[in-house]
Amino acid sequence: MAARMASIPSTIELVVTDDDRRIARYAAAAIALTIAEAAIPSPLPGVKPGLANIVVLVVLARYGWRDAAWVSLLRVVAGSLVIGQFLAPGFFLAFAGALCSLAVLALAQHLPGRMFGPVTASILAAFAHIGGQIVLARVWLVPHDGVFYLVPVFATAALVFGTINGLIAARLLAVPLAAPIAVSSAPTFQEPSP
Amino acid sequence: MNDLRRALADLLGSAEGPAPPWRSLLRPGDWAVACAGLVFVAASYPLLWRGGTADRAIVKHDGKVVIELALNIARRHEVQGAIGTTVIEVQPGRARVLADPGPRQYCVQQGWLTRAGAVAICAPNHITLELNGRKDGVDSLNY
Repeated sequence: MAARMASIPSTIELVVTDDDRRIARYAAAAIALTIAEAAIPSPLPGVKPGLANIVVLVVLARYGWRDAAWVSLLRVVAGSLVIGQFLAPGFFLAFAGALCSLAVLALAQHLPGRMFGPVTASILAAFAHIGGQIVLARVWLVPHDGVFYLVPVFATAALVFGTINGLIAARLLAVPLAAPIAVSSAPTFQEPSP
Repeated sequence: MNDLRRALADLLGSAEGPAPPWRSLLRPGDWAVACAGLVFVAASYPLLWRGGTADRAIVKHDGKVVIELALNIARRHEVQGAIGTTVIEVQPGRARVLADPGPRQYCVQQGWLTRAGAVAICAPNHITLELNGRKDGVDSLNY
């Protein structure tokens, strides 16, 4: 790969660091979950398991907030492109939710780790997520206080899915990494043998 | 589905290992946060959904209030309208037009009204029955 790139004269060379590869891998996992989740029917738009947030929680615990923010925002943008929601109202709601949860996670990561684990981060982020979405919906999409009647429904979903996602993230984090991901350069994307 | 699972496991870098018991994944603070979340959720139901319930019925004739009936005791009330007598029935939490002299009986067939802001209009008799809460379910109605 590197040899071939060097042989082509190029005025612009983007240096892909191990950080970039790692973030791209996690973002790919998050996007895959977003797409899988888009196939799940939902009784109310906005009530979703938010499985991609499991990936964000894992990244937050392993590599810190900066990487988690990259994965989360890449997930929202690229995921919406794939399912055809880019710049649709749902995209802005997801974006607002992601920004709010990232803000809360930035604060939550300073909680003492002995007492508060991924489940706490997940529940807080889930509540922040619906909070951001509802505020944006109230301000922009439905300028009426009737939106707030949905708060109990969304809050219930946030608590349930936040807890479940947090437990899954904690389960993933409890198992030690098989190999450091950063150094391996995408072995999962090999050409399928004929 | 299995492919997706394996691909995700690869991407997330988690090896297949002995699953730790779920209980051990929760730290003391996690329980506290989950309980706080539960309290918040439980509190949000009555706080946000009480506003929609009605607590009194207002009967109007030609737009002027004839009587206000509290929705806490069952009773019937007769109102004289333009072409006859409309009977309003109230039960705890709801109200309806029991009988009306109007030819098409729309307001009678509407049945029980339960939400704040709900209205039954007996146009021929110039009588309206509307429910009111501490906070209306709708901002305004035009008809």
